Amino acid sequence: MAVAQPVGVYEREDLLTGCQAVAEGIRLANVDVIAAYPIRPYTEVMDAISKIIADGKLVAEYIVADSEHSQFEIVKHAASVGARAFAGSSGTGWMYGFEALVVTATDRLPVLFLVGNRALDDPGAFGVEHNDALAIRDMGWLLCWVATAQEALEHVLLGYRIAEDKHVRMPMALAMDGAFLTHSQHIVRIPSQEAVNRFLPPFDLGERRLHPDNPVSIAPQVNEDWVMEIRRQNWEAARRARRVIATAYEEFNQVFGQRYRPPYYFEEFLTDDAEVVLIGMGTVAMPARTAVRRLREQGHRVGYVNLRWFRPFPTEELRESLRRFRAVGVIDRDFAHGAPDDGGVLLHEVRSCLYPVRERPAVVNFITGLGGRDVSIQDAIRMFEITQEAAREDRLDGFVTWVGVRE
Amino acid sequence: MATADKVLVYDRIKGVKQIPLEEFYTSGHRTCQGCESATVMRQFIKAAGPRTVVAGSTGCMYVANTSYMTTPWIVPWMHTQLGAGGSSAVGMAAGLRALMRKNRIPQEKINVISFCGDLGGGDMGLSGISGALQTDYDLLIIMYDNESAANTDIQATGLTTWGAQTTFSPVGKVERIMHRRWKKNVAAMLAVGHPNCRYVATACATFPPLDFLNKVRKALSIGGPTFIHTYDPCPKGWDFHPRYSHELGELGVRSGLLPLYEIIDGEVVYTYDARKTAKGRIPVREYLTRQGRFAHLTEEDIAHIQRMVDQMWDEWEVPGVAPFRGTLKVSA
Repeated sequence: MAVAQPVGVYEREDLLTGCQAVAEGIRLANVDVIAAYPIRPYTEVMDAISKIIADGKLVAEYIVADSEHSQFEIVKHAASVGARAFAGSSGTGWMYGFEALVVTATDRLPVLFLVGNRALDDPGAFGVEHNDALAIRDMGWLLCWVATAQEALEHVLLGYRIAEDKHVRMPMALAMDGAFLTHSQHIVRIPSQEAVNRFLPPFDLGERRLHPDNPVSIAPQVNEDWVMEIRRQNWEAARRARRVIATAYEEFNQVFGQRYRPPYYFEEFLTDDAEVVLIGMGTVAMPARTAVRRLREQGHRVGYVNLRWFRPFPTEELRESLRRFRAVGVIDRDFAHGAPDDGGVLLHEVRSCLYPVRERPAVVNFITGLGGRDVSIQDAIRMFEITQEAAREDRLDGFVTWVGVRE
Repeated sequence: MATADKVLVYDRIKGVKQIPLEEFYTSGHRTCQGCESATVMRQFIKAAGPRTVVAGSTGCMYVANTSYMTTPWIVPWMHTQLGAGGSSAVGMAAGLRALMRKNRIPQEKINVISFCGDLGGGDMGLSGISGALQTDYDLLIIMYDNESAANTDIQATGLTTWGAQTTFSPVGKVERIMHRRWKKNVAAMLAVGHPNCRYVATACATFPPLDFLNKVRKALSIGGPTFIHTYDPCPKGWDFHPRYSHELGELGVRSGLLPLYEIIDGEVVYTYDARKTAKGRIPVREYLTRQGRFAHLTEEDIAHIQRMVDQMWDEWEVPGVAPFRGTLKVSA
């Protein structure tokens, strides 16, 4: 990433966890309504936000709800009257509020949520798995993973910018790996309020705002007469979001310097001459990048693709990128029991994206790091080795390997 | 009621000629003939007026009420989920307050009203309503109680009267009574559990006349989170001719089965005092035998309901409201 940025864009540097960085983003975005309910590991963001409010650094309505369902409904309805709103959750808490998550999307209310990824019960585990956030993938949400605390803060600002755009108006889920990012500290440069104000316009819900001066009826019963047309409108919003996302990153770069490079939806590491790449989401990028460096020292032409945006899925851009390689290893920090080839969720997205390519790379899949299990550099090297083997031998195409499991 | 009216300043509707003529819930809905829940809708918004935002939970007053492009709502209205009667009100109130604090919308009093049915409010949404009543937002939650899931085919809820036939509690060859739950005492439970909530009431939309309208006005005037539980006879679900809807409500109240009261700053005020020392009660039989849903009840069943109602009014520490009994004791 480029380092140069205009003077005065940042006010200070601080050592912050991923959750604390998001809280700084919430302060800078001047969020109006925040609803909290505790569950590890996302919950630290609410610890930080409540302190920010208690210290008078943000004027907002802060509500501790009675459940995730209420928490999510509160911010949904706050958004319906035109307030910028924030909530979040993890694991089973996210699932407890699932009904509210669905209607927030179908009502096209641009709320921002933090998902501190956590394994779903049972059995209990605090650690990261991506199935919680992935559950909303078909519901009309924007869904993006960040890998560092700096990206987390910046994607709060980017998230509101994209979600609230009048061409989009979809809720935004900002996902980050539980513990590995929610609770790990990074040096974070905190933007100045003046710079944020230049980038992020105030929220304006326009003609859909619920107010006595604008007496609309929202979400009446439509049945078979209209639901298909309304689904189609949501589909079109999700399609338009792709263009708005790119525009938002360009605007962000104009204010904050060249922070992000096209195609924005994902970030490539040492792929220019690579024959084989791994692709994954979230903090698995760290062992994967280290493995890339070590293997390159031994002469292997390997690289890593860090996928940031899962919804909308960057089909064209990713297809153009991945078709250059001989084999692609897809890292899933999730499960999709009974799915084709018994692979993970990301496998099917990537393979489907590559299907129209005539000379397509071999695609193999790795299920790893479930429930917060560490993905080591050795694990990443092993994944590269298997992917390299798939590049040589056709029979391995579609092969799924569990990495780091006791068998 | 006289005592309470002294302390509570509100724009009281003193006679039927003073009821506002303007309608904010008009044509376009598809509710049944004789629907008392529709009367609740029409009256609460008439009492509240146009500077109001409304959330309506899933239920018959959503499904039958608000069809796309034929909305009956003149005021801003939004659908909310079955269990979100409380949280939707909190969200709207919090959003409006935040925007006013930041001068993004003009400062004014905007009523926030959320309505939910007995299934949505009294069963699924109880936790969310409890959460709402712990806040300091100005909001009113109205639970319209027609004693069933009325848009799904009339299924029993936690507020259905004991013994009633519903599609979940049919009469069978072996079991005569499938619904054996006593009606949940929602309004009093909320009042007891939320001492900072200044106004909780029960009401029947048409009996006594004007009462519900004024209870809505009181709730909106007193401020903070408030709650009203209405008893709504349902011709389809309760199986009676629609011409008797108002009458059934009155009979339910006068039998003591549906207690009418308000709790203002902790003070219980009976709207209809069914104690024997006051207006007394008609036998529950007169209410039950008018409805097809109780046609299968035997004399013993009716006697059981009568005993339970008599206990409510003759033995409860706060008659008809709170089921504590006897003198207060301290353990040795």
